[in-house]
Amino acid sequence: MILIGYFLGLYFFDNAVAGLIIAILVWTVLSLIGYFQGDSILLSMSRAKKIKPDDHPRLYNVVEEMKIASGLEKMPDIYIIDDPALNAFATGRDPKRASVAITSGLLQKLNRDELQGVIAHEISHVKNRDVLLMSMCSILLGTIVILAWYGSRLAFFGAMTGGRRSSSRGGGQGNMIILVVSLVFMILAPIMAQLIYFAISRKREYLADASAALYTRYPEGLASALEKLGSSTGQLKSANQATAPMYIVNPFRKKGMKASDLSSTHPPISERIRILRAMAGASFNDYDQAYRQVHRGGRGVIPAAGIAAGAVPLATIKPEGEAREPNEIQRARETSDVMWRLSNYTTITCDCGAKLRVPPNFKEPQIQCPHCGRTHQV
Amino acid sequence: MEAVYIIIVIVVVLLIIFLAIYNGLVRRRNQVKNAWAQIDVQLKRRYDLIPNLVETAKGYMKHERETLEAVTNARNLAQQVASAGAGERAKAEGELSSALSRLLAVVENYPDLKANQNFLALQEELTSTENKISFSRQFYNDSVLRYNNQTQMFPSNIVANISGFKASEFFEVTLAAEREAPKVSFT
Repeated sequence: MILIGYFLGLYFFDNAVAGLIIAILVWTVLSLIGYFQGDSILLSMSRAKKIKPDDHPRLYNVVEEMKIASGLEKMPDIYIIDDPALNAFATGRDPKRASVAITSGLLQKLNRDELQGVIAHEISHVKNRDVLLMSMCSILLGTIVILAWYGSRLAFFGAMTGGRRSSSRGGGQGNMIILVVSLVFMILAPIMAQLIYFAISRKREYLADASAALYTRYPEGLASALEKLGSSTGQLKSANQATAPMYIVNPFRKKGMKASDLSSTHPPISERIRILRAMAGASFNDYDQAYRQVHRGGRGVIPAAGIAAGAVPLATIKPEGEAREPNEIQRARETSDVMWRLSNYTTITCDCGAKLRVPPNFKEPQIQCPHCGRTHQV
Repeated sequence: MEAVYIIIVIVVVLLIIFLAIYNGLVRRRNQVKNAWAQIDVQLKRRYDLIPNLVETAKGYMKHERETLEAVTNARNLAQQVASAGAGERAKAEGELSSALSRLLAVVENYPDLKANQNFLALQEELTSTENKISFSRQFYNDSVLRYNNQTQMFPSNIVANISGFKASEFFEVTLAAEREAPKVSFT
């Protein structure tokens, strides 16, 4: 980015410092906004609704369990996004001010263990400070893209109108070189920055998976949640390129994405599942080993400092679908109840079994059940 | 003169290293204390939930007086030894956990009870509290491991010995059934 600013300044103002100042100014402003307002912007953009403990006790409990397991100081806020797509994300610049959000589609699809895996993954993003890292990276990337875009437009414009700069001064040859070099930079820099950004994002996803396994001691939960997530390709309407790395799976994924795709914020789901299932224990070391096994050698993904000695045993494999848990239909009802309530609808259960959802702007004192004809007080 | 300066510099550097290690040890020890308090919160929560659960279940489960009594007794016993050390306490809490899981297993035979909204809510709370207990125990043991490592490894063990940092006790599960979880192999 500094190079871009340098060449911008050199070319347009005959002064590299001016360009540098513009670059730093844009970056600072964007960073400050991102740092202080990033989470609320993200949450309001995705139209997430905050829930209280009573709204969805199971979700709240699972988040609290993971908060305890990860040793987070403060309970994160919980949000539900009313969207049938399957996804979840975490936000908040530091562990003291964090939020996790989950789509209603995912909430009804997952059983308790799977939900725990997903929430553990999101809480690890908070705990590892990925949210801050990735938002700063994406702001940096955004600045580079903006500057390069304007830079290349202005450069072409300047070239077409006769290159006043090269005629106003004598050294046409030197200016031509600067022009070519800076143009190459303008084109290459955003691409390079994007690739680096994607690579960082994928690394942090692996780390969050490893942490989730460590917190839950049960990688199978996250693996089977990812399996469910992978089988659906519904795209999240409210996601965009900048917020993508925060989600548990890439919100823009399409069927048949190539396994080693360099332009993806997330590693392929099938690979993440295979690594999680290959884990012999729950420690970072086990995850690293499983990663090497899946990739047949090569370097590991966990930073060396994270790999501590000491074996961490896995929890026992739990039977498929525990009897005491609500099944998918019950979960769907439960979730839709929460969503209606969050939109300020009152629910009246009629004696005939029908549920009446009364909108908040309904003014009449009484309502008639359309199914059996009984009248109810609102 | 120069030798004096060199000695002063060495002493200052050593002092800074000592203080850094000391602060690190204090931080780890506070984390252990904090993690212990977390377990305590969850165990208390379980004591509070059990009477409600037993009361709700009593009306439906006429033939399970023994199971219900076992739960109540285990709860009272656990509450009594609450101020004892980690080892004794873990044992009593382990008994309570196994009594509770027996109760939740026989609930399967009572469809009316399973349909009771109040009971379902209590059961969710209890299941989650059990999970929270085991997760806070897990975090406590991780913190103890990190703290103990630091008190025993060179060079921080020197600082720990001088300033009296003692190794902490793990919260071990003493329950036979939980300890002998079947080994899973992926071969």
